Amino acid sequence: MSGASRSGLVLGAVAYDPKVVTIWEGFGEWFGRAGIEVDYLLFSNYERLVDAHLAGVVHLAWNSPLAWLRTRLAAEAQGREATTVVMRDTDQDLTSVVLVRSDDSAEQVGDLYGRTVGTGALDSPQATLVPLGHLAAEGLDPMADISVRRFDVLVGKHGDHVGGERDAVTALLAGEVDAACIADSSHLLFARDGSLPIGATRVLSRTAPYDHCVLTALDDVEPEVLDAVSEVLLAMSFGDPEARRLLELEGLTEWRRGRDTGFDALEAAVHRFGVYHPDGNLGAGWWGTDRA
Amino acid sequence: MSGPPPLVELGTLGFDQGAHVLLAEALRTSPDGVVRVRGGHPDLPGGMAAWCRRHGHRIIAAAEPATLLVERGRHANAAWIGAVRAGDPDPSTGLVERPPAEWGLAARGAAVEPGGPAPRFPLDRQTDVWTERAPDLYRAAAAGQWSIDELPWGLTLANAPVIERAVVQVMTFLIENEMAALVIPARFLAQVHPHFREVQQVLALTTADEARHVEAFTRRARLGGEPLGLSTVGGRASLQTLIEEPDFAIASFLLSAMGEGTFVTLLGFLERHAPDELTRTIADRVRQDEARHVAFAMSHLARHVELEPSLRGRLAASAERRHEELRTTNGLNDEVFDSLVLLAAGSTDPEDIRSGWRAVQELQVAMAEGRAARLGRLGFSPSEAEEIAALHTRNFM
Repeated sequence: MSGASRSGLVLGAVAYDPKVVTIWEGFGEWFGRAGIEVDYLLFSNYERLVDAHLAGVVHLAWNSPLAWLRTRLAAEAQGREATTVVMRDTDQDLTSVVLVRSDDSAEQVGDLYGRTVGTGALDSPQATLVPLGHLAAEGLDPMADISVRRFDVLVGKHGDHVGGERDAVTALLAGEVDAACIADSSHLLFARDGSLPIGATRVLSRTAPYDHCVLTALDDVEPEVLDAVSEVLLAMSFGDPEARRLLELEGLTEWRRGRDTGFDALEAAVHRFGVYHPDGNLGAGWWGTDRA
Repeated sequence: MSGPPPLVELGTLGFDQGAHVLLAEALRTSPDGVVRVRGGHPDLPGGMAAWCRRHGHRIIAAAEPATLLVERGRHANAAWIGAVRAGDPDPSTGLVERPPAEWGLAARGAAVEPGGPAPRFPLDRQTDVWTERAPDLYRAAAAGQWSIDELPWGLTLANAPVIERAVVQVMTFLIENEMAALVIPARFLAQVHPHFREVQQVLALTTADEARHVEAFTRRARLGGEPLGLSTVGGRASLQTLIEEPDFAIASFLLSAMGEGTFVTLLGFLERHAPDELTRTIADRVRQDEARHVAFAMSHLARHVELEPSLRGRLAASAERRHEELRTTNGLNDEVFDSLVLLAAGSTDPEDIRSGWRAVQELQVAMAEGRAARLGRLGFSPSEAEEIAALHTRNFM
């Protein structure tokens, strides 16, 4: 593999929101001042980003957890190596919650048997795949024991857009579904902005902690270049007003070294629901032909 | 460490119900940055973990049963690092000569997080805008606000048509002058750095006063059913030179010290000579407002001139320049002048007209003396003051 140098690195990301341009413009400038030239390329969906990464079009990818798994599976199948470079502190140890209305009789996951569960978009790790995997681990088969109602907003963006989760809790409050699966951060957000009126819902169950987005590299970038990239990010301090502007925009207080230990639950769900083939190619998916 | 960390008792409050408010406050004040948390909400650990992750705080091993231990994140108060106090709320001690643009809209005395926008407020020098009287003048202006509806609109008008037409012509003249007195402070208001908020407040109430004056004069003008009077080229040309003046000190000088000061004398004249109680009442109320506007201009100009004596020369030059610009215009229109004579006469009897004529002559002398006295308070010598006072526009404002 030819190694990408400190000049001409291209970072790929998904444009789930207009602020993504501001974020990567800012980080590009930050890297530039440290002597590392990083341009960015935006994609409309993570599957295209992963394909571009594997093809060497981009050297670094700001990946959703699902995109990271697919990159790793594909790299392994090709005899290549995929690396987690850095993560945000807010990407580590997330949970998802299964909400029910406060007056619902359900006291444990099994009580949802035969009922309707609302989720986020079909490719959302936090609002669909991980929580449905959690229900399965608790003995409730999402394909047989419950009726899943997905709220597909911006499919392809792996749930980065919170709209599907918002639709799911709206349906829960309206009595259209019996439970709603959302990220713990969305739970606090919806409580804060009033989408979840106080006392209207309760947490029926909460998943085990898992990890989220990760800056990913393949073996076409020299290790010392990756080290330099990591060091620039890890050195960013929330106490520095200029760095803080970027960190707040990207939703973190400090960068942490990447790790691959927080994706087991998602990986189990990916296999269970046939999201990807073991070689990283797109699976038919438990959603059948929806993606065609 | 002495004793266990502070304990936060949440009761049954959850993190989806505002529990973070208590935890954040406890973390902020804990000497070691560690607090114990106890509560009975069924989802307490999960909700707390999500909130702590977002803010960089860490949950450490449970210290005792049913209690969670939280350690403050390293960056919890980062926004305060390097934050600078934007002066002090007390204007007698808390003003700086030139506040940084970055303080922007922040409250005077606030801790300003570094970074962020640097809005441009061109009037950002204390010397240019400030007067120690600003806080008191603002309070007086706020207390002195009156409602149009308080005026005695129900009084019956019994003015002879010629006298009523004179009232309407004078009102028409006053309205366009007050329009200038509204537009000019409104423009400078948006240029003053918010550090000098009392100055902004005075200017804001000045514009509110003028808006009310325009309303009162208009309503009075229409009361007798007469159409409004004449607006002349000369009158509007005179006001245009005020509107176009970009310098705050010069504009204040020409508009307030010279123009509105002259108007205070004119309004006193109307209080004495207007034919009906309603018009006299309006003139009285408006005069009190205008006197505050003049007081503000005089006090900030006097301070400015004291700190920068060269300003005096610029003020004198501005009066001369305006005089030159208006030399080819007619000044006060005949309709207004004659209307003032009629109001002071009170009738069309020749002897009354003679005494009205005399009253308007005396008015003009009093106006010039008033201007000279104000110029004297700005440090001009008596001869300079008299000379500059005489250059003032014949349009009064």
